[in-house]
Amino acid sequence: MNSNGAGEQARSRDVVSAAAARGPLAMEAVSLTKDFRLGRSQVLHAVRDVSFALYRGAVVALVGESGSGKSTVARLLAGQERLTSGEIRLDGAPVDPSTRSAFRRHKSEVQLVFQDPFSSLNPVHTVRHHLERPVRLHQGRRSRAEVASEVAALLEQVRLIPAGQFTGKYPHELSGGQRQRVSFARALAAKPSVLLADEPVSMLDVSIRLEILSLLDDLRQRFRLALLYITHDIASARYFADEVLVMYAGQIVERGPAEELTQHPAHPYTQLLVASAPDPDNLGGGLHSFHPATSPPSGSTARPPANGTARRADTATYQPAAANLADRGCPFSPRCPFADDRCREEDPALLPVTPVRAAACWHLDIAAPEVLAGEQRGGG
Amino acid sequence: MTPDAPVLDIKDFSVVYRTPGGDVRAVNEVNLALHAGEVVGLAGESGSGKSTLAYAVCRLLRAPALITGGSVTYQGQRAAGPTDVLQLGSHELRQLRWREIAIVFQSAMNALNPVLNVRDQITDVIHAHLRMSRHEALDKAASLLDLVGIPRSRLRSYPHELSGGMRQRVMIAMALATDPEVVIMDEPTTALDVVVQRDILAQIVELKAELGFAILFITHDLSLLLELADRIAVMYAGQLMEVAAAAEIQHEPAHPYTRGLLNSFPSLHGARRELAGIPGTPPDLRYPPPGCPFLPRCGYGTDACRTVDMSLERVASSADLAHLTACPFVLPETPAPEPPAASAEQETRA
Repeated sequence: MNSNGAGEQARSRDVVSAAAARGPLAMEAVSLTKDFRLGRSQVLHAVRDVSFALYRGAVVALVGESGSGKSTVARLLAGQERLTSGEIRLDGAPVDPSTRSAFRRHKSEVQLVFQDPFSSLNPVHTVRHHLERPVRLHQGRRSRAEVASEVAALLEQVRLIPAGQFTGKYPHELSGGQRQRVSFARALAAKPSVLLADEPVSMLDVSIRLEILSLLDDLRQRFRLALLYITHDIASARYFADEVLVMYAGQIVERGPAEELTQHPAHPYTQLLVASAPDPDNLGGGLHSFHPATSPPSGSTARPPANGTARRADTATYQPAAANLADRGCPFSPRCPFADDRCREEDPALLPVTPVRAAACWHLDIAAPEVLAGEQRGGG
Repeated sequence: MTPDAPVLDIKDFSVVYRTPGGDVRAVNEVNLALHAGEVVGLAGESGSGKSTLAYAVCRLLRAPALITGGSVTYQGQRAAGPTDVLQLGSHELRQLRWREIAIVFQSAMNALNPVLNVRDQITDVIHAHLRMSRHEALDKAASLLDLVGIPRSRLRSYPHELSGGMRQRVMIAMALATDPEVVIMDEPTTALDVVVQRDILAQIVELKAELGFAILFITHDLSLLLELADRIAVMYAGQLMEVAAAAEIQHEPAHPYTRGLLNSFPSLHGARRELAGIPGTPPDLRYPPPGCPFLPRCGYGTDACRTVDMSLERVASSADLAHLTACPFVLPETPAPEPPAASAEQETRA
């Protein structure tokens, strides 16, 4: 709806999404921006100029810390928040889910699954109630028998078997994993083409997570869902996603194919994120690895290895991204070990690094020389 | 680590929750020792009894929870001799708690008092457990914030003005206010971002090296413990399944449940592995299955498992003399069973 910044959009879309190979384009986010007013004069820029695309049958992961704006992106795409500027396109056509009827139509295409299955299901209603409503609303089924068989089919799709045993249950009678399955079933009831999963497994036990993720993966294949997987766990994004978008302070700072990005992160923030993930192979003492004095020797290269120990900013007085933002310049510059005056003055745009990767950083040459070198070697 | 007597020695410890539907056996004959300066990790899923164990050790649980057996012996350097925690009266308990054994709770937002500022919360603790003048207590509060890397200007902040990471640091500062010898940490970083989590863990390790307390670190995240802990105890359905040094757990896991957990989390570093997860759900502890509680989810299970004695035995083939497992059938060298068919079938049933 607004057309300014078209040049920038074009540039960031020069990158070919690693998810595009899976299937046709389903949903596009174009320069999404969302400001929240805080009091009289303050504005929180929750989402700033975020563009990406979701493809049928593909998983795009949106990774970031809490407060980075990743859930706001999901809420914008689901039509639950109004855009400050930017555009959402479904199958190529712009949508504006701000009117009631348009919102309902939007919901039957785009469904959202929340993090917390304990609060996203109504405790006074049975599983049947949770599933019958969307079946009636979105599929227009009327007869009792039709609705009942559809509910049973949904439960079987999320492997709550035998379905009859679950329809009469209340949320408190189900385990966390089972509840999240009901949430999936409820989302599928609308027969959506796009599923936005906001931290779908982070409230679940480790031993259950994998099962739920593989269920999600199975549903993606079976219904050719375009899946946006929002998570703070970049390791699960490595295994689960085709493309990974890394968000920091409302902006996408890096994007690329999942394996490549997690193994050779280019942006200093992604490097910090990767280095912070628990590393079981780093037994004992590994927790000190951030301090320059004790960081392991970095082999033959002068730079720290890309898969591990990024030099780091002093985060002893760490504050959440939103509170620690520079007024101008790169939002990560206050924490970035590579930051210089330019970073503090000018915000870098998300520019292609290789045909499939992009990063927003002025200093990729020193932060990730091997990624740039890889581009020259394997540029074709 | 030291050959001396452990600071905290938990023996045959059992806790049940009395419910109208029968006793829930939340902690079942657990044996665990914590030595001075050691980090022992307690790993388990929600409902495995790990938090119940920690709180019951400090006798923080009320009815319907009931300690049904075992002993907990505390022996600090300040204490004259070993103390049986389960026999203490309420006055002595007050002296033990926080002064000797402190707890960092999981949810700092709920554990901090929202209407008191940081200074008042910390000085409250100090006044309750130490003889100190107001002035000294204020100094101490300020230096505690230094210790955990929060600027002193934050003393007057209220919990809602702090980020999640800062709140958790305040909780740690409060736990350390009385210089305890044992600090129990119940999922202290679970609600935090990885970067902040890493910072706080590194800080905990530093503080431990500096102050010499022992840590019982409770978490569901085994990958974290592998890096952090000296020894790891894996808990399932109220019982310990395996106890060993972190490196042993990582490289020579014996118990099928430990193996399953190790196969459940995607790793960011190293080559991509085949992940399997653990099909099924934990048993209802009101009606625990006979024998091994993990049997319904176990790929190695046989009929013998229904009658097995679940007490921990040393793994004979292990170099680690303290490597204990509850499963007498599966040893570190036992090859993995053929999983695909069996686990797929169980998954659909679950």
